[in-house]
Amino acid sequence: MAVTTLPAQRTLDVPAVLKECGLAAFVAFALAAPMVGLETLPLTGGLGINTRFGAVAYAAVLVFFGRLGFALLRAGYPVPVLIASLVFAAVLISLLLTGADQILPFKSLILNWFIALLAVVITVRAAWALHRPTAEMAARERENVMDRVGIAVLRGARWLGPLAIAVAIALPFLPFADRRFLDLAILVMTYVMLGWGLNIVVGLAGLLDLGYVAFYAVGAYSFALLALHFDLGFWVSLPLAGLMAAGAGVLLGFPVLRLRGDYLAIVTLGFGEMIRIILVNWYSFTNGPDGLSGIPRPSFFGFPFTRRPAEGTMSFHQLFDVDFASIQRIIFLYYVILVLALVTNMFTLRLRKLPLGRAWEALREDEVACRSLGINPTNTKLTAFGIGAMFAGIAGSFFATRQGFISPESFTFIESAIILSIVVLGGMGSQIGVVVAAILLIGMPEWFRELGQFRMLAFGAGMVLIMIWRPRGLLAHRDPTIRLNRDGDFEAPG
Amino acid sequence: MSADATTVTAGDAALLRVEHLTIRFGGLIAVDDLSFAAQDREITALIGPNGAGKTTVFNCLTGFYKPSVGRFVLNLADGPRYLERMEGFDIARAGVARTFQNIRLFTGMSVLENLLAAQHNKLMRASFFALAGLLNLRSYRRAEAEAVELARYWLDRIGLSDRADINAGNLPYGDQRRLEIARAMCIEPVLLCLDEPAAGLNVRESAELNALLAYIRDEHRIALLLIEHDMSVVMEISDHVVVLDYGKQISAGSPAEVRKDPAVIRAYLGEEEDAELPPIIEKDLGEGS
Repeated sequence: MAVTTLPAQRTLDVPAVLKECGLAAFVAFALAAPMVGLETLPLTGGLGINTRFGAVAYAAVLVFFGRLGFALLRAGYPVPVLIASLVFAAVLISLLLTGADQILPFKSLILNWFIALLAVVITVRAAWALHRPTAEMAARERENVMDRVGIAVLRGARWLGPLAIAVAIALPFLPFADRRFLDLAILVMTYVMLGWGLNIVVGLAGLLDLGYVAFYAVGAYSFALLALHFDLGFWVSLPLAGLMAAGAGVLLGFPVLRLRGDYLAIVTLGFGEMIRIILVNWYSFTNGPDGLSGIPRPSFFGFPFTRRPAEGTMSFHQLFDVDFASIQRIIFLYYVILVLALVTNMFTLRLRKLPLGRAWEALREDEVACRSLGINPTNTKLTAFGIGAMFAGIAGSFFATRQGFISPESFTFIESAIILSIVVLGGMGSQIGVVVAAILLIGMPEWFRELGQFRMLAFGAGMVLIMIWRPRGLLAHRDPTIRLNRDGDFEAPG
Repeated sequence: MSADATTVTAGDAALLRVEHLTIRFGGLIAVDDLSFAAQDREITALIGPNGAGKTTVFNCLTGFYKPSVGRFVLNLADGPRYLERMEGFDIARAGVARTFQNIRLFTGMSVLENLLAAQHNKLMRASFFALAGLLNLRSYRRAEAEAVELARYWLDRIGLSDRADINAGNLPYGDQRRLEIARAMCIEPVLLCLDEPAAGLNVRESAELNALLAYIRDEHRIALLLIEHDMSVVMEISDHVVVLDYGKQISAGSPAEVRKDPAVIRAYLGEEEDAELPPIIEKDLGEGS
């Protein structure tokens, strides 16, 4: 195997293939034995252990044959792979459809469907190899395919964007949109907004900010304290909280934006933690770890969502003369966050085409060159930091009013990490990428709740897969913000 | 020292006067009491062997280092500016543009965007710090159209108009060099500083570069300050040459004078007195005349 095998030649080095498959199966076994094989059970008076070695063996066997399938495909034997994977997929899917899947070693429905999906993928690849014997898709070629998808999505943004907005507007009235679904949609939308806000800082200006949640916290606490102490309404507190978060961003940015790259990341990480620790310890101001409760709910421009409004006021359902239903408030919240997120998006899209946005991107590319062109790096970075922080603050106020209760627990480092993951996985600077990544990263773990304690494992596996297949993010493709030649042709990748 | 004094007095009306510039890094004296002037509508070349301190002078002039002693006087219509007291980006705003020895384009942005980023300050004022731009007011749209026109003018000059929308990083090396010059010109400078613009160019590209630099001098009537190793470029287009060795000025004058100066020949070819020029160098130096 020293010489690269030509695809047309049939060379099957049996010991090497068996060694490769055995190794893959061994790794799977070593990983699965402790994580899947042993389960702790709460017993009366202690912990018990439940062993599931059948499932471990099943996993190792699956990995062995899966790897064998890929090895045979590579060596130019698509037919046996096609037949075997087709039979396996057919059996598995029929078992799942007839509800007889309880005889399988894995009891989880999602997991079994996932295995069936993998079998289908191998089948398709085998069929593809049969169809075009030389078409073992090189990694580079696959990258190009995904690049073209990225370009197509960007090109399609003209109709894809309005379509997505239309779907988002219609969402609460779709038949399957129950309370739980809408709560999830609000959560996803909050992260979309945070992702769009952070995209200004990380994606456009190229400043790695690991403490973005600090501004989210500043916004949430500003909103809560303004509402509780000064009795300001939702629509007054919201912009004020945004401004205060922007002020915090500028205040932090002033000393630290001289730093670059890793150093900036560490300082912002520290700042994120500092804010949280201040919130915990400044008891007289923030109520410490007990948090702030009784934050007023948003009203429909002065008409509250209550069954019985206070004397002399009118509530939402009376205003529109409909029956009271608690879902009305949820739907309203959903629309509020939708509008806030869309404003963030439009603001960013517009700024990208303005000199300020171009200076951000130029700064990301080369700070020394920017300086030599008369761009003040510190001020330009400060605006990016401040505007990014402002949107985080507004999202934070929304969070506060939706929950009605905030405590420092909600603003831990993991939140910063998730928001940053959304931006990076979506493809830095890509607005649609943020939406896709937010749905995947926030929505998927909710759908995977069935996996119980393995939920976050699936999350991690998904991130690893995306990083293998799309190291630059799902939809990473940048189009010029302005064109000289109006032919609209996209340059060939590469 | 008398040579220095005459240079300074002769350059009183010059656009840029470098006066008694000394740059020390710890114990190392990189530039030692250097004085020269760059005249309007002239190409001044700064030459010297490797490590003579040429790029250090440039970095100091454009604000990346501060001089230990000495000053830079930029004579503008509304009074002199003392560059050594200013931040790098303020020096650029005063009208000193530069290019870099290793090209520094915004490689991930399109060619046109590179040229618009150079007009940042003008457009920021026109867009009222992005406010007018956000509202898409007509005043901003007109300013942007003008900026695109200036970019188009320079793209036509360097022959990149049809490739204006591709990423700058995807251009061939020679085009990147010329794009960097065009980008520097887009800040509408009074002084353009070029750090080895001919490095890595082939003969044809080098000739195109000469034509471009001469065009900038003659049509845009600005001063050019040039660091160069390529003698054919220096001798052909320079109006005034300053020769540095070990941070000291060893000669100055027209290309023809400098070429004959024994001190220069010594610096380039070694210490041996009365050394004959090897034919290849003779040819190189002679190409300009």
